[in-house]
Amino acid sequence: MSATTTSHRVCPLAEIPVGEGRAYVVAGEQVAVFRHRSGRVSATQARCPHAGGPLADGQIDEGVVVCPLHLNAFDLATGGSTGDQPALAVHAATVDADGTVSVQLTGSAS
Amino acid sequence: MTLTSSGTQTGTAQLPVQRAHRRRLVVVGNGMAGARAVEELLERGGRDQFAITMFGDEPYGNYNRIMLSHVLSGEEDEDGIFLNSLPWYAENGIDLRAGVRVDRVDRFAKVVHDADGGRTPYDVLLIATGSSPFFPAMEGMHRDDGTMLDGVFGFRTLDDARALLNSAKVHRRAVVIGGGLLGLEAAHGLATHGVEVDLVHSPSHLMNQQLGPEAGRVLRGRIEALGIRVHTGVRTKGLRGTDRVTGVELPDGTVLPADLVVVAAGIRPNVDVAVRSGLDVQRGIVVDDRMRCSSGEDGDEGPADGVYAVGECVQHRGQTYGLVAPLWEQAGVLADHLTGTRPDAEYHGTRTSTKLKVAGVDLVAMGLAGPERDGDEFVVFSEPSRGIYLNVVVRDERLVGATLLGDVRKTAFLTQAFDQGLPLPQERMALLFDLGAPSDDVGVAELADDAQVCNCNGVSKGTIAGAVADGCSTVGAVMAKTRAGKGCGSCKTLVEQVVQWAAGGDLAVDESASWYVPGVPLAKPELMTAIRERRLKSVSAVFRELAPGGAEDAKSKMGLTSLLRMMWPEGLDEEERDGRFINDRVHANIQRDGTFSVVPQMKGGVTSADQLRRIADVADKYDVGMIKVTGGQRIDLLGIRKEDLPKVWADLGMPSGYAYGKSFRTVKTCVGTDFCRFGLGDSTKLGIDIETRFQGVETPAKLKLAVVGCPRNCAEAYVKDVGVVAVGSGRWEVYVGGAAGASVRKGDLLATVDSPEEVLALTGRFIQFYREWGNWLERTYEFVPRLGLERVRAVLVDDSDGLVAGLDERMQQTVDAYRDPWQEGAEPVTPGQFRSSLPLVDLPLVPRRPAGAPGGLAISEVAR
Ligand code: SRM
Ligand SMILES: Cc1cc2nc3c(=O)[nH]c(=O)nc-3n(C[C@H](O)[C@H](O)[C@H](O)COP(=O)(O)OP(=O)(O)OC[C@H]3O[C@@H](n4cnc5c(N)ncnc54)[C@H](O)[C@@H]3O)c2cc1C
Ligand code: SF4
Ligand code: FES
Repeated sequence: MSATTTSHRVCPLAEIPVGEGRAYVVAGEQVAVFRHRSGRVSATQARCPHAGGPLADGQIDEGVVVCPLHLNAFDLATGGSTGDQPALAVHAATVDADGTVSVQLTGSAS
Repeated sequence: MTLTSSGTQTGTAQLPVQRAHRRRLVVVGNGMAGARAVEELLERGGRDQFAITMFGDEPYGNYNRIMLSHVLSGEEDEDGIFLNSLPWYAENGIDLRAGVRVDRVDRFAKVVHDADGGRTPYDVLLIATGSSPFFPAMEGMHRDDGTMLDGVFGFRTLDDARALLNSAKVHRRAVVIGGGLLGLEAAHGLATHGVEVDLVHSPSHLMNQQLGPEAGRVLRGRIEALGIRVHTGVRTKGLRGTDRVTGVELPDGTVLPADLVVVAAGIRPNVDVAVRSGLDVQRGIVVDDRMRCSSGEDGDEGPADGVYAVGECVQHRGQTYGLVAPLWEQAGVLADHLTGTRPDAEYHGTRTSTKLKVAGVDLVAMGLAGPERDGDEFVVFSEPSRGIYLNVVVRDERLVGATLLGDVRKTAFLTQAFDQGLPLPQERMALLFDLGAPSDDVGVAELADDAQVCNCNGVSKGTIAGAVADGCSTVGAVMAKTRAGKGCGSCKTLVEQVVQWAAGGDLAVDESASWYVPGVPLAKPELMTAIRERRLKSVSAVFRELAPGGAEDAKSKMGLTSLLRMMWPEGLDEEERDGRFINDRVHANIQRDGTFSVVPQMKGGVTSADQLRRIADVADKYDVGMIKVTGGQRIDLLGIRKEDLPKVWADLGMPSGYAYGKSFRTVKTCVGTDFCRFGLGDSTKLGIDIETRFQGVETPAKLKLAVVGCPRNCAEAYVKDVGVVAVGSGRWEVYVGGAAGASVRKGDLLATVDSPEEVLALTGRFIQFYREWGNWLERTYEFVPRLGLERVRAVLVDDSDGLVAGLDERMQQTVDAYRDPWQEGAEPVTPGQFRSSLPLVDLPLVPRRPAGAPGGLAISEVAR
């Protein structure tokens, strides 16, 4: 079994307000996409590993997302919790030349 | 109780099992001194040398007794005060007999006899039985059968604290006998539960053991301001009541009604075990400089074989102690001896200092209360109207006494000067005020390594420095590791200074404790100055200009947004919505499944048939999970989908009740003069007026108010951030700093005013003062005690600092800028503002009330 990475075009960047997150369904998976003030984008699983909180409703800076339910923070680059929660799945995300956000999902090839 | 462990004989059971080479240490008394001595022993490798058995009368592990005052006042819960839990004993191989009392010791057979009939042999015996409350003889204290009247308490143990707490819940009036440290802390603790307290003290001024008459008088003013009635120079004659106490009788025949009585008239060392075992006992168990007991047999008083004592039960060089600092030293010396670490260690007595643990009353006293010999220098500063009294006593260039009341900023320096005999500044006033006295840093650097920093837990400067060297990089981590600062809390500043000093230049230390938010290294006043000077009007501008490296910090955004909106009521440069917490982005409270609750405004708890009809229609239409009457006198619609919020608001046609914000929430009211036969003022109208004026005002933490029509207090105004009580003749009392949530605190009476207009003015002024000076997430029940009621009153009522006009003006600007946030439903501010964040999860996850059940789905909805 080998892992393959597929890129998916998700939404126009303008759909996500600066500094906020929005949730999308990408290839059947729930993904939270964040737009940093620096212009970068990040993507993670949409549900908080702690108790299912909606991470897209969280607050971010350049490094972490803070879940709105119990304020656990997760590193957006590694997915690691800054406390003692399980880690989060993080996905590579980019803004294409035409201003569309793309998210790369890694799945097992069948 | 089953006795299974080795070394114990029950009745005629088998011989004690030989425990290799380890000596058997039996400790009688599992309190602060006994447990500390064992800890010190373990730290010196004592586990290899001793097999340890501990007897404790109380059925618990070891807890921090001094924190019982905080437990009673509700500042700390029971779990927070345990020093060693039951598993700790097992982990350290200690055989703990919790709940077992020792009767006597057979010193010739070297066996301890306990009340369960067990016999435990020892090689080394440590007595640490502490002391007990002293109950002076009073008429009527006992029933005919000799038992004590119900409702009479001592204040020594966790069980005492629990009993007092329970009693405070159901009773209204208490009398505390004794105006020393313990009596004052008990009185304050009870008063925080809304109990009316009379305090009777037979000497002529409060805390006469530690304070001179003038300081005692100033302290009295402070205590009375807490609502406690103080009677000094009055001896209690007797108690009234047949089965349960009903009152306390004074010599002039006055009877103070009381449902409960706390006797805090001193302590007596627990010496019965020692007496019964033939040890030398005077006021306490007599020990020498190595903490050895002596026995008087054969006329020659010599050390008793293998028997030691530490703690409040001992008398050393003629002195008994009632504070913890001496115990730490005694325990250290004892452990040095028993383990052979320092065979020549000696205890030479302790210079003690006392701190009163009553919120809002800062008091530190050490050594002499006044000059005693010719040539003693005495420097005094007294300002009774502000509740401040400071003095120092200097003898031969050494500090031999100090009292700091109302202003304890010089505590660190004076304590060290007192303990260490530090050189004193020539200009004596500098001992009391910062006139170029050695700065705190210099003070800390100069301290000896073994200087005690935390008296409650006996932690030295060296230990703190050691923890920093071992990698603790924040004050919090050092406190967790060493327990420094975790007793009465009064040494926290000094602990922080030592940690900073020990961490040197490269500190990762959290001075952050004083920062307004974690990501910007400034306390609120400095932060506000910087924001004002640079005219920063957005959260990202604050980060850019004031944060290290200009870095954003997610956890700081909400606090900064609130601060900026407070500072610039006319509006910010650019509404950065990401600066807001989700609740403030969608104006509803997020719930465990990502849905939201909607609480429409219902001013003063008053609604109409039309509003109720609309609420009912909305509940039907949007499949509301539960309709609930809240504790804030309005109606909550729970389980609303984010995407439905704008429609729900539109259909309701009611403004937001702000049940989600760090903001002004509700004003609860009672029915007042319109309907109630006891009403003294129109509380309903005043409540509605207050809510109308201050609706939506953002505050450092949430703000809950109430107005009641008489002191029966049906809407709980005494326990609100601002509570207003009609007292008749058109007069209203305004209380501030109350709460009945996780902390229960009765508000402090700020002022009594003559009209509803004045209530509105004073309320607005207080709220604005809190907005400008309160720390982020600091409720008024912390804010008011932090500043002290006197200070708050001076600023707001007497305009001592000339702030009033400005506060009023800025509040007016804020009021003028109010806009109902639910208007955003019609025109979302950002794209997808109300888009669901969990598309695939089937809502609802929160339980739905069944169809037809109260609060549940309408039948029509199910049928559809
Ligand atoms: C709805 C309500 C309970 C109810 O069914 O009655 C409620 C619900 C919540 N309260 Fe409360 N409190 C409610 C009245 C109270 C009261 C009573 C009152 O207001 O008179 C208190 C005690 C009074 C006080 O605070 O002084 C109260 C003390 C708390 C506290 C403890 C605050 C403290 O500092 O002691 C919290 C926790 C916090 O704020 O950190 C809290 C937090 C909460 C939160 C917001 C928890 C949260 O952050 O999600 C709850 C939201 C549940 C939800 O999903 O919507 N709630 N809460 C009440 C709404 C009142 C309203 O109409 O605005
Ligand atoms: C409410 C309160 C507030 C205080 N505040 C402060 C403060 O702010 N600062 C300060 O320095 N000090 C304060 N103190 C005093 C401090 O708590 C004591 O100095 C300290 O607890 C004394 O320790 P100890 O081990 O000698 O006695 P204790 O802690 O009383 O321990 C003695 C233990 O021995 C047990 N015992 C007694 N006889 C027997 C027996 N025969 N068999 C088995 N077990 C027995 C008792 O049940 C008890 O558990 C306060 C005390 C109280 C009650
Ligand atoms: S008491 Fe606790 S569970 Fe109940 S509403 Fe308040 S915060 Fe939630
Ligand atoms: S659900 Fe995210 S922190 Fe609890």
